[in-house]
Amino acid sequence: MVSAVFHSPLEASAAEIRSTSSNTPPSCLPVTAAAVTAALAPARTESKPGRDWRGHGRGLALAVLPPLFGLGLLVLVWMLVAQSTGSGIPGPLETWRQAVELFSDPFYRKGPNDQGVGWNLLASLERVALGFGLAAAVGIPAGFALGRSALLGRMFNPLISLLRPVSPLAWLPIGLLVFKGANPAAIWTIFICSIWPMIINTAVGVQRVPQDYLNVARVLNLSEWKILTTILLPSVLPYMLTGVRLAVGTAWLVIVAAEMLTGGVGIGFWVWDEWNNLNVKNIIIAIFVIGIVGLLLEAALIKLASAFSYEDVKS
Amino acid sequence: MNNDAKFIDISGVAQTFKTAKGLFPALRDIDLQIAKGEFVALIGHSGCGKSTLLNLIAGLTTPTEGGLLCANKEIKGPGPERAMVFQNHSLLPWLSCFDNVYLGVERVFGKTEKKDQLKARTAAALELVSLGHAAHKRPGEISGGMKQRVGIARALAMEPQVLLMDEPFGALDALTRARLQDELLEIVARTRSTVVMVTHDVDEAVLLSDKIVMMTNGPAATIGEVLPVRLPRPRNRVALADDPDYQRCRKAVIDFLYTRQGHVEKAA
Repeated sequence: MVSAVFHSPLEASAAEIRSTSSNTPPSCLPVTAAAVTAALAPARTESKPGRDWRGHGRGLALAVLPPLFGLGLLVLVWMLVAQSTGSGIPGPLETWRQAVELFSDPFYRKGPNDQGVGWNLLASLERVALGFGLAAAVGIPAGFALGRSALLGRMFNPLISLLRPVSPLAWLPIGLLVFKGANPAAIWTIFICSIWPMIINTAVGVQRVPQDYLNVARVLNLSEWKILTTILLPSVLPYMLTGVRLAVGTAWLVIVAAEMLTGGVGIGFWVWDEWNNLNVKNIIIAIFVIGIVGLLLEAALIKLASAFSYEDVKS
Repeated sequence: MNNDAKFIDISGVAQTFKTAKGLFPALRDIDLQIAKGEFVALIGHSGCGKSTLLNLIAGLTTPTEGGLLCANKEIKGPGPERAMVFQNHSLLPWLSCFDNVYLGVERVFGKTEKKDQLKARTAAALELVSLGHAAHKRPGEISGGMKQRVGIARALAMEPQVLLMDEPFGALDALTRARLQDELLEIVARTRSTVVMVTHDVDEAVLLSDKIVMMTNGPAATIGEVLPVRLPRPRNRVALADDPDYQRCRKAVIDFLYTRQGHVEKAA
């Protein structure tokens, strides 16, 4: 549909980027989960060997140095690629200078199609928040209902299995048709992509509530409301938050692709706009910005999840 | 008086489970009367349907045949008048010990009493199992024996007519188990509760109960023998160790379990 816009020299790589971004929902889940454990692992090893100062220092070095080496390797590869392509891809240093300039004034407005990167980022975050919030409002109660009632579960599980693997972007035209606007269509796409992990994880959480707790509820003859608030909610919460985390990750992946298609204001649109201006430095900056914001969202939700999970769940 | 002798009346009960391999007959021809204030132990090899029978009295499951009465009323479902102490304590890990007990208290007395009274009842129940000091700890922060005591406090605080216990001390070490058995003896003497307890421990059964119900091996298990234990109360485990009556009871149970029912298990 948009492939007519592609220019010749970088066509292959651009097509690759596009294909990976539209494939995101199924492939991103294990990747983000692995990234999470990888991010948590050094923190654990750091706290273990810490008897004396030397051990502590070594632990700290082990925690800090490898990520720095990894980052250094990335910059090195980037430099090599930049040099080998001549002027096609800008090197790290030029990009850094451009970034400093760009972030010295992130909030400017020069007409609808030329706004600061800050505005674009905020617009994307707003869409994600709206779409994601609506999905949570629908998906979590739906997950509870599906997990609690075997009939509803049997009714909707095939439907979810059918719709879940569909790329959220495939829903964009439907959104455009129904809502007759680019912005609501993008929100609709986010809604669709983030609702599945929340429904599925909540339902699984409800099904995995230990039978012992439900027997307690039965012996005490608690009301359905009391069961919901004192037994189901606390025991499902960790599962629910996992669903929320996966959903936010997916939503952030999808918003970029959706905005590329819908246009307007937003980080995805900004990337596309800079591509049309052949401003590759800004595209690289955008990639970093998208990555960092995604990382922060993920970290915030992990923090939230660990604050709400209690020990002794399994015993 | 007739009512008190047949406080729990189980007649002609059979329980068959539907499994993937077909019907599984768990229990058959169960007839048992339990008097008010009586302490009854259900003993048998594992898989003989002790817990199935207890779940039937609790009302967690309904029998395939026959009927169960409690205080002349049919047992149709679980209810707070038949409180259950679970094998694995089943405390809610996100609530403090106090709140775990309060949950039951609120359910039973919430409509008739004020909050202060409910709280007083909860505190008294925790005091009864000498856990007043741990009221605000969560189950994850206390030992296994303490958890089981909170489970007992939760059941007792509801002032149930019947206390049902499913191997309540099975998961504990021998010393803790002995201490909790002594505590239970004291508590039951004070509250005069009717107790039905599933156990696989011969000494526990003889020490605690007035009547030991010995069950044959499954499938299709039934009551093999009922042994009355006529030892005077209060009972002391050290003094009883040399008591000839105690030895006789112990011998009878062991004889049933290992001589008469032992072969069947080998065959199965």
